[in-house]
Amino acid sequence: MNAGPKEDLTVEVGSLFGDYPLDLAFDEMREPGGDVRQHYRALAETLVRLPEEELQKRKQSADLSFLTQGITFTVYGRDEGTERIFPYDLLPRLITAQEWDRIERGLTQRITALNLFLRDVYSDAKILSDRVIPRELVYSCKHYRRQMRGLQVPRNVYIAVVGSDLLRLNTGEYVVLEDNLRVPSGVSYMLTNRRVMKRTFPQLFHSYGVRPIEHYSQLLLATLRSLAPEGRPEPNIVLLTPGVFNSAYFEHTYLARQMGIDLVEGRDLVTHDNIVYMRTTDGLKRVDVIYRRVDDDFSDPLIFRADSSLGCSGLFNAYRAGNVTVTNAFGTGLADDKAVYAYVPDMISYYLKEDPILPNVKTFLLSEDKQRQHVLANLDKLVVKAVGESGGYGMLIGPQSTARQREEFARQIEANPRNYIAQPTLDFSRAPCLIGNHLEPRHVDLRPYILFGEKVNIVPGGLTRVALEKGSLVVNSSQGGGSKDTWVLEQ
Amino acid sequence: MLSRVADSLYWMSRYLERAENTVRQLDVTMGLMLDTSGTSAETRWSRLMASLGKHTGMEWNGDLEAMARTLVFDSISPASVTFCINGARENARQVREEISSEQWQRLNRLFHQMHSQQAQAQFRSSINETLTSALDGIHLFKGVSDTTMIHGQGWQFIRLGRYLERSYATATLLEVYSPDLFQVQEQDHSGYQYLELVGLLRCCTSFEAYCQVYTADMSPDRILEFLLLNRDFPHAIRYCVDGIRDAIESIQRSGGRRPPDELTSGIGRLHAMLGYTTIGEILAGDTGVFLHTIREQCMRIHELIYRYYVHYSIQSALAI
Repeated sequence: MNAGPKEDLTVEVGSLFGDYPLDLAFDEMREPGGDVRQHYRALAETLVRLPEEELQKRKQSADLSFLTQGITFTVYGRDEGTERIFPYDLLPRLITAQEWDRIERGLTQRITALNLFLRDVYSDAKILSDRVIPRELVYSCKHYRRQMRGLQVPRNVYIAVVGSDLLRLNTGEYVVLEDNLRVPSGVSYMLTNRRVMKRTFPQLFHSYGVRPIEHYSQLLLATLRSLAPEGRPEPNIVLLTPGVFNSAYFEHTYLARQMGIDLVEGRDLVTHDNIVYMRTTDGLKRVDVIYRRVDDDFSDPLIFRADSSLGCSGLFNAYRAGNVTVTNAFGTGLADDKAVYAYVPDMISYYLKEDPILPNVKTFLLSEDKQRQHVLANLDKLVVKAVGESGGYGMLIGPQSTARQREEFARQIEANPRNYIAQPTLDFSRAPCLIGNHLEPRHVDLRPYILFGEKVNIVPGGLTRVALEKGSLVVNSSQGGGSKDTWVLEQ
Repeated sequence: MLSRVADSLYWMSRYLERAENTVRQLDVTMGLMLDTSGTSAETRWSRLMASLGKHTGMEWNGDLEAMARTLVFDSISPASVTFCINGARENARQVREEISSEQWQRLNRLFHQMHSQQAQAQFRSSINETLTSALDGIHLFKGVSDTTMIHGQGWQFIRLGRYLERSYATATLLEVYSPDLFQVQEQDHSGYQYLELVGLLRCCTSFEAYCQVYTADMSPDRILEFLLLNRDFPHAIRYCVDGIRDAIESIQRSGGRRPPDELTSGIGRLHAMLGYTTIGEILAGDTGVFLHTIREQCMRIHELIYRYYVHYSIQSALAI
């Protein structure tokens, strides 16, 4: 690190920022006074030293690398150029070892509690009898699957693959915004970002001492293997994809290839006598574990949506018979319902007798009269979300909304209060991004990926998602978001 | 290997082979049009279309550049090079996890290259360069396929697609060309006949190989013998059929399932037709019928492969 006097550094690095604004939001790189945070200094120095053309050159070569590798996502509704490269920012987001330690412990605690909750609700439902969580909240959730009642799942693991979204408030504290317990995506971008970044800033990467994430695929495979049905020592593990038109198709192929397992579509599978087979050139081959990237609704037309051809008829019965493991289990969407989310801290104290390490965001339940009145009176200050949606859809951001949008949401809330929750508009943290040829702050979140097999495993880092549009609070890739590589430091 | 994956690899390979064939034949035809021979541009164009297996759809309209542009870039027309490359890439995209990253990157780069503004600009300045760079892209892909992919079932399905497509295309080409070859032979001493024959060989990249075997002494029956019966040249039909037989045997060895008798006997019959016949016998009979039979056999083999490896009934599979 820098050995010279501090004044010199400030002057030197100062030229980097130009009219880079600092206000109330937490800036990942700079302290409120404008100084560069200790762990960001090496990055700042590198940027100052690099000639502008060199930075642009590296950006272009990284762009090209994404395009030829086909690291793209699908944009619907246009026949030409339906694939775009996933927007990304060249500057890494840094997380200190100390911060990460807290995140890791917090998420482990949270996922353990959520899994216990799912097991409880789908068996004795004690938490409901003890009135910790209102019964009607659970049974009115559209992701609750009555078919799962009393069904024994391998190792009692309902959620083997999780991605939780964290935000950092202006106090510097991390909070959990939501948990993705159905089919969280984005992990392939985490892995490919890292590969490209290592090539773009090799020296910097090395000098920082970044904890590795490359073993994710291996951990995922081990997790899946640990969940195989009993008596199948050499399980045939497959990844079930909705197919090439799914926006996350790149990720499915990427993971299948990294793990060395077959990528199957519903049409490759058949069931016979409650056993799932796949069609191969050598005839039918038994399938033991399915890493499912297809939503519940589309998984088995005999049990769920009858008009879906993406899944496999008879899959659920084979699952119920214990002949095949499907993960994540069906019905896990119950626990990432945005209204059920409000009760996660209660679950943690109920099941684990611990205090939550990572707090929730304050959440108003609109089915409660008093809270609803408050929300309706303050729609212009709050964020309203539909409980079962994801990807940034079905959302009203109060301060950025028009009177007409607010009226529309008020009407929908009155009509179906259970379907919405409200949260304060969060001024979450911002990190510097390379926009054109200078730095500008943009809002970021963090999605670490958690694996749960024999135990909870979290690779250090995750996907930092960036709201690339100026002032925007929406980080979802479907809505103009991008990503950054996330470096968790050894020290 | 998943049946769907085998199917995609097979078609990826067929589409690329088809693209390559189209590029080469277009290149040769445009080269021949430069010479003022007795054959009109219109005749040449319709012969090109016929030997690509497209008898209708793109009638000669006098504007060679525009027609060539359509044949290269029009991604709607199934005859075009771009259509084939799109098809190959779309199939590859569905089996991303089965092919190597190098393969995918080559093919993806070729795809983006064909759809780029530069390709259009290059085409305006030099059609020839466009065609050459497309060929380069395809050759590179084949090269990395052979060097970066496991030579297991997937690779064998790629070979199967390549050789079936190639035997079919070569048989079609010869069927279109063969009546003309013998008609003009006697009275021609102007050198045009020579150009025609060289053109035919070039369509199969076989001019140099032919010279090595027969010297530059061109005669229609030798050319036919070379393209049909040579066992060492990769574009000769005999060689391709050997490749098909070998690929099927390898697939069977690695999977342990015996192909149905229909399939082995179909391939065996084709093999015998080419392995135990002399060119004299072929020419004594009806060459057209002979070539037509080869095409029919190829189609039959394709159907059997599909029925046995890809789209078999569950009942038959459970019975095993």
